[in-house]
Amino acid sequence: MAGSAMQSRYLQQTALTFAGCSMSMTFGDPFDVLLGLQRALEARRASDWLRDATTSMGPYPPINVFQQGDDFVAIIELPGVSKSDLEIQAQENTIRIAGKKSISYDEGVSVHRRERISGEFDRTLTLPVEIDPEGITAEYRGGVLALFISTAESAKPRTIQIT
Amino acid sequence: MASKQELQIQQKREVEKREEATVPSRVFLPTTDIYETEDALNVVMEMPGVEKDNVEVAVEDSVLKVNGRIDFSKYEGLQPVYTEYNIGHYARSFRLSSKIDQNKIKAEMKDGVLSLVLQKAEEAKPRVISVT
Repeated sequence: MAGSAMQSRYLQQTALTFAGCSMSMTFGDPFDVLLGLQRALEARRASDWLRDATTSMGPYPPINVFQQGDDFVAIIELPGVSKSDLEIQAQENTIRIAGKKSISYDEGVSVHRRERISGEFDRTLTLPVEIDPEGITAEYRGGVLALFISTAESAKPRTIQIT
Repeated sequence: MASKQELQIQQKREVEKREEATVPSRVFLPTTDIYETEDALNVVMEMPGVEKDNVEVAVEDSVLKVNGRIDFSKYEGLQPVYTEYNIGHYARSFRLSSKIDQNKIKAEMKDGVLSLVLQKAEEAKPRVISVT
């Protein structure tokens, strides 16, 4: 439930951006927002959020995880990977992202510079929270994969009525 | 053997600024492949998160300049809990060795990868010289 609400909000924002008016509508100063975000990302580098999990940090692709209310959004940069080569599986609180990135050139070209790399990848992310595997939605756009992960109902804080 | 190759993370390189921007945000160098065919120079740049409307390509005094801006409004209201990479705009420029026909630059954006085809100007195309 929460996942889909979150996604529609994300889509809405994307739609606004396409109309070319999101920044002035959403922010007083968009540059402050970017700078603040970049600082937050830098400061969180050494986060121990995944410390106790068997999955490690480091393998391709790099992942950023954000919290939005009770739910999470994992944002993964996968430039040059086509949607059909991407596979996402979820089981309990584990998400597996696998796929391949291929780069092809015509024969007989002379290469000046080759920095991009291709190959296969397979990464498992174990979240330290209980999630609802059914509630995960994925969106891939412009080389960026966004996974909308909703926390399991049982893991959400519950208000207890006093009778 | 060679078909299965594990992908490694490439750390993002930041642009070394010749002049400072007035806004102190980060700008990264897009990972780039450049290759040449007989009649064109192809430049392929990875700019994840950049929509095609936010890309600027210019050739000036035989310097190719590419700018890509990311849309960070998507990150609004999100609190980072675990991060492995930073985000920022992309910028890179290359001095071109051969003459480019400016009117015939083709640009295509797909899955966060910008592909540029820079057609060589007629005089820059290789000429076969026959020995008499």
